[in-house]
Amino acid sequence: MGSSMNIQSSIRVPENGPLLSVQDLKVFFHSDGKISRALDGVSYEVRAGETVCLVGESGCGKTVSALAILGLVPQPPGEIHGGEILFKGKNLLTIDEETLQGLRGKEISMIFQEPMTSLNPVFTIGDQIEEAIMVHEAVEKAEAHRRAIELLTDVGIPSPEERAKDYPHNLSGGQRQRVMIAMALACKPDLVIADEPTTALDVTIQDQILHLFRDLKEKRHMALLYITHNLSVVAEIADRIYVMYSGTIAEVGNVEHIFRDPFHPYTMGLLASLPSRTRKGQSLYSIPGAVPDPAYKPHGCPFNPRCPYVQESCRAEFPEMCDFGDDHFARCPITYRRRKRPLNNEEDNP
Amino acid sequence: MEMNRKDGTALPEGGVLEAPRRTLFQENWHLFKKNRLALAGLVIFIIFFFVAAAGVFLTSGIDPVFNPALVRLQEKLRPPLSKPNLETLKPEEVPTLGIYLFGTDDLGRDVFSRMLQGAWVSLTVGFVAVGIAVVIGVILGGIAGYYGHRQIRLGHLLAAVLIGGGTIGILSGRTAAGVLMVLFGAAVSAILIRMEDSKGRGPIATGLPVLFLNLFSADVLITGLVDIMLCFPVFFLILTVVALLPASMYNIMIVIGLTSWMGSARFIRAEFLSLREQDFVTAAKALGVSDWRIIFRHMVPNAMSPVLVSATIGIASAILIEAGLSFLGFGVPPPHATWGNILSSGKDFLFDAPWLTFVPGFAVLTVVLAFNLFGEGLREVLNPKLRER
Repeated sequence: MGSSMNIQSSIRVPENGPLLSVQDLKVFFHSDGKISRALDGVSYEVRAGETVCLVGESGCGKTVSALAILGLVPQPPGEIHGGEILFKGKNLLTIDEETLQGLRGKEISMIFQEPMTSLNPVFTIGDQIEEAIMVHEAVEKAEAHRRAIELLTDVGIPSPEERAKDYPHNLSGGQRQRVMIAMALACKPDLVIADEPTTALDVTIQDQILHLFRDLKEKRHMALLYITHNLSVVAEIADRIYVMYSGTIAEVGNVEHIFRDPFHPYTMGLLASLPSRTRKGQSLYSIPGAVPDPAYKPHGCPFNPRCPYVQESCRAEFPEMCDFGDDHFARCPITYRRRKRPLNNEEDNP
Repeated sequence: MEMNRKDGTALPEGGVLEAPRRTLFQENWHLFKKNRLALAGLVIFIIFFFVAAAGVFLTSGIDPVFNPALVRLQEKLRPPLSKPNLETLKPEEVPTLGIYLFGTDDLGRDVFSRMLQGAWVSLTVGFVAVGIAVVIGVILGGIAGYYGHRQIRLGHLLAAVLIGGGTIGILSGRTAAGVLMVLFGAAVSAILIRMEDSKGRGPIATGLPVLFLNLFSADVLITGLVDIMLCFPVFFLILTVVALLPASMYNIMIVIGLTSWMGSARFIRAEFLSLREQDFVTAAKALGVSDWRIIFRHMVPNAMSPVLVSATIGIASAILIEAGLSFLGFGVPPPHATWGNILSSGKDFLFDAPWLTFVPGFAVLTVVLAFNLFGEGLREVLNPKLRER
């Protein structure tokens, strides 16, 4: 749902520039003398008020790219090898720790995957939300408490006064995730990063949380960077989608582009492996092979060992991002040549 | 169902019935109560606490209710529960209770009064020494666990030596040289701080790169210190230090504290190593909570349970150490009574006046046992893996 009406929201805001712009970010991890290239030159942007989804399978670098924005990549073993992260024009990789600490939670906040472990077990949830407020704003305890109750109401927790006195172990997973969302929203951030916030929840709760996200986004005009591996979630909430593969961006586009007209073979493979009504009874498609070990990536296009359309050039050099027009990009020159210059096909592929 | 609600009120809005809610303390107390021995330990501990606290008031001042220092040579070595010989005593020398509850010692002093006075020494030595040990342990263990990966640089070492040496210089009278050294040390640390980039990596500006030479990590330094401290036979170390220092209760507390922090440092370090990888710590960081707040507000409360247990048992061993020191004559100086020096003076009359040995000995045994049982009970409650359902 929502696939066709989202196109208008991806209109550029050139006067302000993007809210967040990650340029050619490289994050490497050192372990046992090996270098794992977790992020291998990733670029993406989030514009004010839009929902951007980072999609990809486990280990493709989604979470690392989110942690890098907040400066939370553990160093060592992690190492920011290059690139820049511009938030409202400031490069988050070069500003000092203190300024960054001021931004965390205040202007950029993050919601984690595991609501069961992301709350401190020894404090009541009211305490923890109040802390989120009081860390950044000089308000009285009573005022913080009032706002905490308000936030709990906003995220749809019944009898918030009572629940504020509860410890995390008194709440269900869905409620804890709502509490995490309340904490993330406490200081009205411009950007909320949600790292697989519904993965640990069952499907009905997942749906409720997604609706909550959509409502809150409407109300608060915040941008949402939503990290997930779940394509049905993406279809439901995304304005723009970045498909990641092995530490690189494979394809960028809106829901329409990605789901109706994908250009990267990896995206096509992902979509083909979704269960569908028309292919009832047949076994599901699966992309052959496995995600490359980030320490031993194949030469050239990282997807080339698994790609059905692989050609010599894919093994030779890292593919460029190709512009398919209308804000739709894919890192696959092979498709690009087929789609854009079908007549010259013979010359290009002797 | 509705009858079961404690306050008998109607259903709350929305008609949701709630399970009875307990705070963490109530939950733990419920579990603790099941352990009879630990409960007995707690009861003895509370009695001991009140006796010791009352003892201070009753045995001190110009005219104490129980005078532990009153010498009645004519009444020496009277057995417990014996009545004083009223003909030979002045009225103010008659014991307050009318009898010698625990007998008298070789100078005719009332053992009950002396035990009361000694109880306070045991209590404060136990608590203060363990308090010092826990504070040092939490700080060092916390640094090792949280900042353990940070490198100690040559400059850090230099700054520490300069500032430490300078302080000693100032204290020992060479003020000018001392101040100069401290200033140099401050300059070195300023250089280290200013030239580091935001991620705590090496020098951005060139110049004095030798100061940034990595020696070892903070974790290696602190765990090394713990291992070294554990190598000393603690009791003999304390004996040596106490022999060098003027004898006083405070020195004993400090020395015991300074030599028994290693356990809590190790516990805190181990807990911190696992806690800092926990999601809620990352979540707190993502909310912009500062490091110190994360350590003291989020991590320490989660790491305290093993420390609490070891502290309780530590109090017992501090009481034992203090009694041992007093027994050997290195403890709290006479005429102040402690259980250890009552025991010590009693050993000369072991066969003539066994109560002089048995009363303090039994008191030490009871209190130490009570603390150990209470500590074990706490361990069982606070460590879910040991819980019997």
